[in-house]
Amino acid sequence: MFWDKVNETLAPGELAKLQLKRLKKTLNSANNVEFYRKQFSDAGVRASDIRTLEDIRKLPFTKKQDLRSGYPFGFLAVPLNRVVRIHTTSGTTGKPTVVGYTRNDLEAWAHLIARNMTMVGLGEEDVFQNMVNYGMFTGGLGFHYGAEKIGMAVIPSATGNTTRQIEMIQDFGVTAIHCTPSYAMHLAEVAEERHAEFPSLKTGIFGAEPWSESMRTELEEKLGVTAYDSYGLSELFGPGVAFECVERDGLHIWHDYYLVEIINPETGEVLGDGERGELVVTPLLKEAMPLIRYRTGDVTFRMDDGCLCGRMQKIGRITGRSDDMLVIRGINVFPSQIEHVLLSLPEVGNQFMVYIDRVNHLDEMSIEVELNREYFHGELQDLTRMQAKVVKALRDVLELRTSVKLVEPGSLPRFEGKAKRVIDRRGEI
Amino acid sequence: MDVKNYIIRQISVFSENKPGRLASIAKAFLEEKINILAFSIAEADGFGVVRALVNQPDKAFTKLTALGYNVAFTDVIAVKMKDQPGGLFEIADLLGDAGINMEYAYAYSGKEAAVLIIRVDHVDEAVSRILSKGGTLLEAKVFI
Repeated sequence: MFWDKVNETLAPGELAKLQLKRLKKTLNSANNVEFYRKQFSDAGVRASDIRTLEDIRKLPFTKKQDLRSGYPFGFLAVPLNRVVRIHTTSGTTGKPTVVGYTRNDLEAWAHLIARNMTMVGLGEEDVFQNMVNYGMFTGGLGFHYGAEKIGMAVIPSATGNTTRQIEMIQDFGVTAIHCTPSYAMHLAEVAEERHAEFPSLKTGIFGAEPWSESMRTELEEKLGVTAYDSYGLSELFGPGVAFECVERDGLHIWHDYYLVEIINPETGEVLGDGERGELVVTPLLKEAMPLIRYRTGDVTFRMDDGCLCGRMQKIGRITGRSDDMLVIRGINVFPSQIEHVLLSLPEVGNQFMVYIDRVNHLDEMSIEVELNREYFHGELQDLTRMQAKVVKALRDVLELRTSVKLVEPGSLPRFEGKAKRVIDRRGEI
Repeated sequence: MDVKNYIIRQISVFSENKPGRLASIAKAFLEEKINILAFSIAEADGFGVVRALVNQPDKAFTKLTALGYNVAFTDVIAVKMKDQPGGLFEIADLLGDAGINMEYAYAYSGKEAAVLIIRVDHVDEAVSRILSKGGTLLEAKVFI
């Protein structure tokens, strides 16, 4: 099933022509952004110098840190009156990364979600429960509008209250769900405890966190669904950038919307088909916030083989990150954000350790931080107050509940050279 | 009467809740030949405060600080109790009558008597009130 068969199955030659046309337009619009004007002039390249798709290699990459420098609206290529939505995603330090959308951007985004959902056989007969955050996180509204577009009955259940989520799946005869794979595991477990069954459910869309084939088997068995991997990131609209088709062997990335490169993250060298490296994307139809050669940090490769479904070239499922970003319950966390928060609190030191565990299939992040000597006056309640303050400050910035453990001054490891402050104990997912 | 005579300096040590921490603190006291007169541990989420009345508080402070511990002095008072059934009731009743709000308390039973160590908000006022209700407080010098 296709939502937009012509464009989903463009022949390579036609696709390249379309990509080049859109790339040129994107470069022109990037010229409205001071950062890019400077990037281009530093590289000695004018938009008119880009005559082939390969010419894009003459331009420097855009990194997540760069976006931070433009906070809040420095990366907008259109006046604010053309922006109709703003989302944010966690940045590498205290400030979030702002993503703006024009009306056309929202339309394009919903169109891609519509392609993805139609691709896995969903349509107006389906009842869809969207169990992700509906706030600044792009997963909620992104899927919502795409699902409405193809005429599904959408239940914006958002997150939390697993008992209620189970009831709604049963009472509304939900046929398709979307959530993080770890929440799906949690849901399956709670349902199992209560002997709840989901006879109507047939499709599970899982994304925002990497997940394995063994987890797929488990989720399919427990929930009675066919499970599909969804990939996206807020900077590229949100979810919907790449998605599995019914073959479930790699992700179809929409080449008419995204120009894909795979690079060696150390050297920046562009790699060929089949070679594993960092995914670099130049969105081709983003109006409000064009990006040039955006480094996603996600590690994948371009797959050599065509797909039985007839769509464009796939990329492998995301297996890891080339930077230090963590994905905790679907939320991006950079260790530098934690450092930033701790620096702002005089009660604690600047050294810290982060431990990540999976408890009942949900990610739990605990942070050890040293007490500042001068703030200990001998009372336990001083300490618990301090602990609560750190928890709150971290929650405000990370939008995540963490557990904080105060440790003795000087007891955390000091690192010479590259610090290894994050211990991820989640193991095989 | 000088209320200061009754104010006792308790050593409070921040400690993580992990094996060997108490042994390490106790060993420091042993090495300095410091005698512990009363002792308790208060525990929160993953950490706690070790509280002790010792015969040489300054020496204990210096030693523990040198070992890297986070140490503070806390003012407490020591109320004498009868070491017999009803001893605690008598004192608790008296403290209630005197309108004393305890933040925390711990007790020990010594050769002479049983003693209730209490931490209160306004220590000077608490001393006067306890004495005026006929309670007996141990003087700080008893512990040195």
